[in-house]
Amino acid sequence: MEKIDNKILEEVIGNKDILNEDIYNIRKNGKCVARKDNPNIKIVSKEDNKGLDIYVKDNTLFGIIHIPVIITESGLKDVVENDFHIGKNSNIVILSGCGVHNPSDKKSEHDGIHRFYLDKNAKVKYVEKHYAEGNGTGKKILNPITEIYLEENANLTMDTIQISGVDYSERKTYAKLKDNSTLTITEKIMTRASEKAITDFKINLKGQNSSCHVTSRSVATDNSYQEFHSDVVGKNKCYAHVECDAIIKDKGRIKAIPEIYAKDVEANLIHEAAIGKIAKDQLMKLMSLGMTEKEAEKAIIEGFLK
Amino acid sequence: MLELIDICFTRDNKKILDHINLSFNDNKFYVITGPNGSGKSTLAKIIMGIEKPDSGRILFNGEDITDLDITKRAKLGIGYTFQQPVNFKGIKVYDLLKYAVGLNISRDDALNLLKVVGITSSTYLDRELNNSLSGGELKRIEIASVLARKPLLGIFDEPEAGIDLWSFQSLAEIFKEIESSKRATTIVISHQERILSIANQIIILANGKVKNIGPAKEMLEEILNG
Repeated sequence: MEKIDNKILEEVIGNKDILNEDIYNIRKNGKCVARKDNPNIKIVSKEDNKGLDIYVKDNTLFGIIHIPVIITESGLKDVVENDFHIGKNSNIVILSGCGVHNPSDKKSEHDGIHRFYLDKNAKVKYVEKHYAEGNGTGKKILNPITEIYLEENANLTMDTIQISGVDYSERKTYAKLKDNSTLTITEKIMTRASEKAITDFKINLKGQNSSCHVTSRSVATDNSYQEFHSDVVGKNKCYAHVECDAIIKDKGRIKAIPEIYAKDVEANLIHEAAIGKIAKDQLMKLMSLGMTEKEAEKAIIEGFLK
Repeated sequence: MLELIDICFTRDNKKILDHINLSFNDNKFYVITGPNGSGKSTLAKIIMGIEKPDSGRILFNGEDITDLDITKRAKLGIGYTFQQPVNFKGIKVYDLLKYAVGLNISRDDALNLLKVVGITSSTYLDRELNNSLSGGELKRIEIASVLARKPLLGIFDEPEAGIDLWSFQSLAEIFKEIESSKRATTIVISHQERILSIANQIIILANGKVKNIGPAKEMLEEILNG
């Protein structure tokens, strides 16, 4: 792989040599460039190379799957559909993400569609990170779609992070939860310059004692704009807690549109949303420890998005 | 070491500090007391640079610091604990202590800083600075963050505010330690007799003026006798 690929991979999946990992699939500019799987976790290409089917056998424990996407070809629109079929009682970590390097003035776009089918008692931690770089005027666009289907007692934790460089993103997450299943989503987004990021959660708590916790932390600086929609429907005895917490700076703008709909008298749904600039007393506290105002601001934002 | 010269501060047509003149000596322990609204907390904030006086000068070790911002005063060795410890999202106790020291200190070193205020479990280092900690715990951590800087002048704004009696009793012990170490000048804003009795000097403020100043014993008698 080229130097630029390694740098992007590091941003997306962290500082490690992916080729030493047990299970991975690296997609670069719309094509699979490296793959490794094992008898318990099978990675199979879909027809026309439009994505992957990943099959995890029942009772598979401690598998870590890496599925990063790299886009270095300007003017490319890459649409990928990855379906994860997670067997009963399995416990899996999935590290995904997309890194775009676009130094030209042509637009680069990646639309990743990930579907998770978790069988009974399966447990998944899914981490996705989005990153883009390049000084050209070409827009870097990422539109991830995540669909989550949880059978009884299944549990999915999703951490999604978009920290830097993505000009436009529209992130959609849909989930359907059966009895006793749990979904935990933590979203962290920082936008700068004139970037736009829109997120949309639709969660259907169908099963008895199903629950979801959505935490969104976002920072909009410069002239950037973010929108947060959440729509949680409780159709049974269930619990939902949605928390949208945002910091705005400069001319940054953030709109939060919460919707909770209880269709059962036993549904307990909570939504909290707060948007505001950095609290003055937080700045003053850190300045009283010797930081400059700029350093204090940086520490507060880094902590907020950590 | 610290001189306040003719400090005035008016807000909403109310004279909060009215021609305050005070001087504080090296390594002494001062308590400023007085009724609510007498200007105590404003005076503390003015020393730290959180508020700017309308007129008057502040000298710190001979240097005029009236126009210096909070950061510069902190770097000169002034420390200040907030009456209401500030909550943060995502910033942990360990982070705060690292910021306070200004270095990437080890967990053991950070825990040693907490031990000074009676917190001995390293699990506290990973706690976020928010209301999941009790008022007493937040106060101790706030005090630890200032003591970690080894300030030449430490200002503690109503350490007793918002905490229960049990927590307060052990906080009073911390101040006794600070007084007996005689390593820095300490100014505590307090209403509590336990803190007042530790003082070398007590300053009584009323209606934005210095009503009286003197050794703890004399001043305590005056306060108790009204």
